[in-house]
Amino acid sequence: MAKAMTKRSDAQSIPVSFTLNGRLQEIEVEPHELLLDVVREQLGLTGAKRSCDVQVCGACTLLVDGRPVSACTTLAFEVRGRSVLTIEGLAQDGKLHPLQEAFIEHGGFQCGFCTPGMILAAKALLDENPDPSEAQLKHFMHGNICRCTGYKKIIESIMAAAKKMRGQAR
Amino acid sequence: MLRRFRLEEPESVAEVSELLGRFGESAKIYAGGTELLLAMKEGLVQYERLINVKKLTGLSGVKLAGAAVEVGALSTHHQLEDSPVLKEKLPALVKLEQNVANVRVRQAGTLGGNLCFAEPHADPGTLLIALGAKMVAEKASSKREIAAEDFLVDAYETALEPDEVLTKIHVPVPAASGRSAYLKFGYLERPSVGVAVAFNLNGAVSGVRIAVGCAGPAPRRVPEAEALLEGKSRDEALGRIAEAGAIAGKASQAISDLHGSQEYKEHIVGVLLKRAFQSALS
Repeated sequence: MAKAMTKRSDAQSIPVSFTLNGRLQEIEVEPHELLLDVVREQLGLTGAKRSCDVQVCGACTLLVDGRPVSACTTLAFEVRGRSVLTIEGLAQDGKLHPLQEAFIEHGGFQCGFCTPGMILAAKALLDENPDPSEAQLKHFMHGNICRCTGYKKIIESIMAAAKKMRGQAR
Repeated sequence: MLRRFRLEEPESVAEVSELLGRFGESAKIYAGGTELLLAMKEGLVQYERLINVKKLTGLSGVKLAGAAVEVGALSTHHQLEDSPVLKEKLPALVKLEQNVANVRVRQAGTLGGNLCFAEPHADPGTLLIALGAKMVAEKASSKREIAAEDFLVDAYETALEPDEVLTKIHVPVPAASGRSAYLKFGYLERPSVGVAVAFNLNGAVSGVRIAVGCAGPAPRRVPEAEALLEGKSRDEALGRIAEAGAIAGKASQAISDLHGSQEYKEHIVGVLLKRAFQSALS
């Protein structure tokens, strides 16, 4: 594999044991390896996207212990002992998460490039605040950029999911 | 894409200081990485090793320590926006932290890292100068306090010695009559101008401190503008705020760049100072 060929014999290797989408994962990484590259290239989960690469756009958003991080600017060893959720881990037993359903139902995406990050950030928001005002939603989500929708339908999708999730929680 | 580096994970301040002394400029402290990793990915800086300080204990979180709020240098922006102690004692700092960058940067980035990286367009330094904060700098054999306005020397430059570590930030608890506010403005990802004001209001305004940041290489305190308002009634002070703003604009050492022309930034300093002062009064 190309990856193995680039490793040097004197390279520092860090064992990383963590939970990925609910399953224990044990890997070894070098200090400079970025979480986004490890998740996409080594673990084959390509939902998170590299876009701005400077923590501005949110396309690489993953949840670490439930909080959004930019995987493009997170060193992979940082997830030692932590729980990582990618968009691939959101559906349960083949059933889409209410946020995923709402994005489909309300047209919350067009090209889809920002969608994995958008949905994971929205999940973090709703886990913390199940009934956000539109202002709170915009403040929390302002670091996730979409260049297609104009955001209106994204906001509608998240608000609809929030309502549905509050209903289910009762 | 990052170049290879080695990782050191010391567990005491003395060890960190020793590593800094041993490896000099080939090593750098790494905490949240929100600034450092960007600069490394761009190839602007390169280090043979990073010293991860997140295994140090006791340097994260906020507590009251006598007449000061003690903020651990490893506290993340998210911890600070959520801190009950800060909400009670330093609401202006909470509001600032709520508006640092975005939710992901606030999750990873630390206050200590923000101050030590000394990026000119950072928010916290400006307000910390107005609040009279002191930086605690430690190494194996010594410990000293540096006033915030002396700590931030220039763009990307602090008063830390090469083997010193910023461990804590002490912010004096404001008096019951204490007022403060921080406002920023910009149209790019980072602010073009940030202005902070702090004072006591007992009929007259006293203990006035004004700081401006982002416009120039480092945040600056503006004693000449403070003196204009000191001891004045609120109406007198409001009457002089435009003059104070003009002085603060000049003192900001604004430079013309993508964030705006020098003249534009100087003008915005005045606008923000007036609004910050009014906001602190209300």
